[in-house]
Amino acid sequence: MKSIFAFLTVAVFLVSCNPAPTSSKSSKGALTGNAAEKVYVAPGEYDEYYAFISGGFSGQLAVYGLPSGRLFRVIPVFSQDPEKGYGYNEETKPMLNTSHGFVPWGDSHHPDISQTNGELDGRWIFINENNTPRIARISLETFETEEIIEIPNSAGNHSSSFVTENSEYVVAGTRFGVPIPQRDMPISDYKGNFKASLSFLKINPESGNMNIAFQIRMPGFDYDLSHPGRGKSHGWFFFTTYNTEEAHSLLEVNASQNDKDFIAAVNWKKIEEYVAAGKGHKEASNYAHNTWDDDTHTATSVMEKEVWVVNPEDVPGAIYFLPTPKSPHGCDVDPTGEYIIGNGKLAAAMTVHSFTKMQKAIEDKAFDGEAYGIPILKFDAVNYGTLEQPGLGPLHTEFDTRGNAYTTFFISSEVVKWNVKDLKVIDRHPVYYSVGHLMIPGGNSKKPFDKYLVAMNKITKDRYLPTGPEVCQSAQLFDISGDKMELLLDFPTIGEPHYAAGCPASLIMDNSKKIYKLEENTHPDAVKSEAETRVVRKGNEVHIYMSMIRSHFSPDNIEGVKVGDKVFFHITNLEQDYDVPHGFAMIGANTAEMLIMPGRTATSIWEPKEVGVWPFYCTDFCSALHQEMQGYIRVSAKGASTPIKYTIDDDIPGMEE
Amino acid sequence: MRKDKIIMIVGSLILLLLFVFPLWKITLLAPQYPEPLGLNIHITHLSDGNQFNDVNNIDLLNHYIGMAHLPTKINVDKGEVEPFKEFVIIPIVVIALTVLGVIFGFIGNRKLYATWLVLLIISGIIGLYDFYNWLYIYGHKLNPNAILQIKDKVTGEMMAYQPPVFGFKQMLNFEVYSYPSTSVYFIAVSFMLVCLAFYMNLKMKTKK
Repeated sequence: MKSIFAFLTVAVFLVSCNPAPTSSKSSKGALTGNAAEKVYVAPGEYDEYYAFISGGFSGQLAVYGLPSGRLFRVIPVFSQDPEKGYGYNEETKPMLNTSHGFVPWGDSHHPDISQTNGELDGRWIFINENNTPRIARISLETFETEEIIEIPNSAGNHSSSFVTENSEYVVAGTRFGVPIPQRDMPISDYKGNFKASLSFLKINPESGNMNIAFQIRMPGFDYDLSHPGRGKSHGWFFFTTYNTEEAHSLLEVNASQNDKDFIAAVNWKKIEEYVAAGKGHKEASNYAHNTWDDDTHTATSVMEKEVWVVNPEDVPGAIYFLPTPKSPHGCDVDPTGEYIIGNGKLAAAMTVHSFTKMQKAIEDKAFDGEAYGIPILKFDAVNYGTLEQPGLGPLHTEFDTRGNAYTTFFISSEVVKWNVKDLKVIDRHPVYYSVGHLMIPGGNSKKPFDKYLVAMNKITKDRYLPTGPEVCQSAQLFDISGDKMELLLDFPTIGEPHYAAGCPASLIMDNSKKIYKLEENTHPDAVKSEAETRVVRKGNEVHIYMSMIRSHFSPDNIEGVKVGDKVFFHITNLEQDYDVPHGFAMIGANTAEMLIMPGRTATSIWEPKEVGVWPFYCTDFCSALHQEMQGYIRVSAKGASTPIKYTIDDDIPGMEE
Repeated sequence: MRKDKIIMIVGSLILLLLFVFPLWKITLLAPQYPEPLGLNIHITHLSDGNQFNDVNNIDLLNHYIGMAHLPTKINVDKGEVEPFKEFVIIPIVVIALTVLGVIFGFIGNRKLYATWLVLLIISGIIGLYDFYNWLYIYGHKLNPNAILQIKDKVTGEMMAYQPPVFGFKQMLNFEVYSYPSTSVYFIAVSFMLVCLAFYMNLKMKTKK
């Protein structure tokens, strides 16, 4: 026995000779001291949080690290991205299909991370598009857009795309009342005739796939923002409205007249039951539903033809209006689910409603009339209290775990920290300038990670080096762990940093995909090895099934293409190694380059117009021989008899020696 | 059954674990590979040491210095390279040793135990020499048209890329580590157990 133990000791020693993967991670311990230290993430170290900041009018979603503010990736969502080929190559074009045809641009607004039991689960991030109403779902494994669904019977999908506590639903709204269904009618007949839809999209808990479960046909107010109830108020959704005046012109004046607009409280659980019982009706419709498949590496666009519509009178007791001063923007629910906050953007006060009081008011029928058949609850019967004169132009509120709220004030350009229960201001800090939304990681959940706050500013003026008339917009990072908010960092953003969601890095980073497995690639035009690469002529179409691997294309010499042909490059990246994408560009192609990740297949079209010998090359610096990764295509005259010929190193691929 | 017999039989049966676990592991670290590439050498095949596709990725990198292809499934299927004969011979040796050990155990003669130990040692030495030989061939028999042709700055000769049998070596941008893996420890356990069987048998005889 002794000898066995002796052996085991030796074995342990030998095992320890194997080198452990080197790691440069080290914990810093408690950070004290100046702001620079607090945002310093040493080279090679990781940020503590991901911040997903929408690009607003860029149509995309940008991924940053906190506290450093470093930009990691811009995820193309609603706009074409020539850098990656998104919306240009044949596989991704269907993602941007709509009922209006191919739309190359979008206006991305409010990202929100999926939740389980009221806490962020880091599976998907949803984001809405305002202009052509849509919602996208992005995978947080691949950081790519996996699904885009168009919202019919809506215009200006603004009060979107927030998710419920268990990701049961993601919602869409209508900011611009419109005739539903669309028809030819005088604009001045808006009042009473234009309508709005609040849509509830069911999320498949396994795949994440969305489908419109029902649409509530609401009066034609402007539905601005929304948030789900949570905890005790789970099952409800709250939407702010403005333009309850139903003005159709010069809204800046005419939609600012009413003393109070509404927060619409929607009991979606109750409506779910009504719908299950057959309440409401099916309507013919036409909207695009685009899904991406990571095995075929291809998007498909399907036109959906119907939608289930619920009118408020179909669902009595499910929808109420909470009077809220004055054109409220943000509609925020605190982590306990008790307080519903209306950020009345033209008011000098913050309105805090109580969910408990709201339930009692409903029970007591404490109504103050109705609007289009929807009961209006008495203000005093639902209102918890008012925070008087905290600042000018409140827009959006997020929360910490200590009972405090943080509200942005657009007009007075500041963030104000206040206690929700006491309705007392605790701290205020200027921002530079004109802050819109703010974000605390996990802010729309019952478990905020309340260490940092990001304020997103519309105007920067003198904050950065000038770059002509158009200057960057920016984000500002605050430390909110203490009593006083501390400004740590300014960092410029892509597009307009409209709204954001954030979460601890640990929730996502270990699931991040490294490569697509070649063996799982079911793209019909994929090649799995160089031996399968080939060129096939079908009439005037030439299909080139090409591979790329360090550091060559196969085939890299192609002849027999003629002017007037339509050339399809079906290119598969055969790499199965992390961070080895290859790029592809063809001289004179009227489209963008393609960046192709390991194991993925993508297709680009080129229509040669001139006789000659034309090069193509790898655009992503892939290896030491990247510069050598190139090839030629011989283009002969229309009608020439040059036969199709394709080689690598003067051999047909797979036929060497 | 006598304890020494049981230990002898168990000791030789342990060798069958060589069919399950790798024998040796070569690890490659480089600036571009902070998570190292790993090559597991089994008695029947090569496998990924750390991450998916490591073997193919190492083979792909080898072409820059003109190293011959590894006998991966892809390369063998393509006819680029013959699989190592050792992948056939070593399993036969292992099975032979196991069967022999079991038979010797049933007979229960310590001279046979000793013979088995000698056979194991001889096989081990031949195996290590053969391993060294392959590393030498891979390190020296380079394609004259290799992409990277670097001369040793002292000797002026073309650089060789022979990985170490045991220990560490810097090869261009790669730190190469080579150490025995799980199966070698099982061989050691097997060796120890048979020694123990021999010792118990010896004790038993002297008691009488």
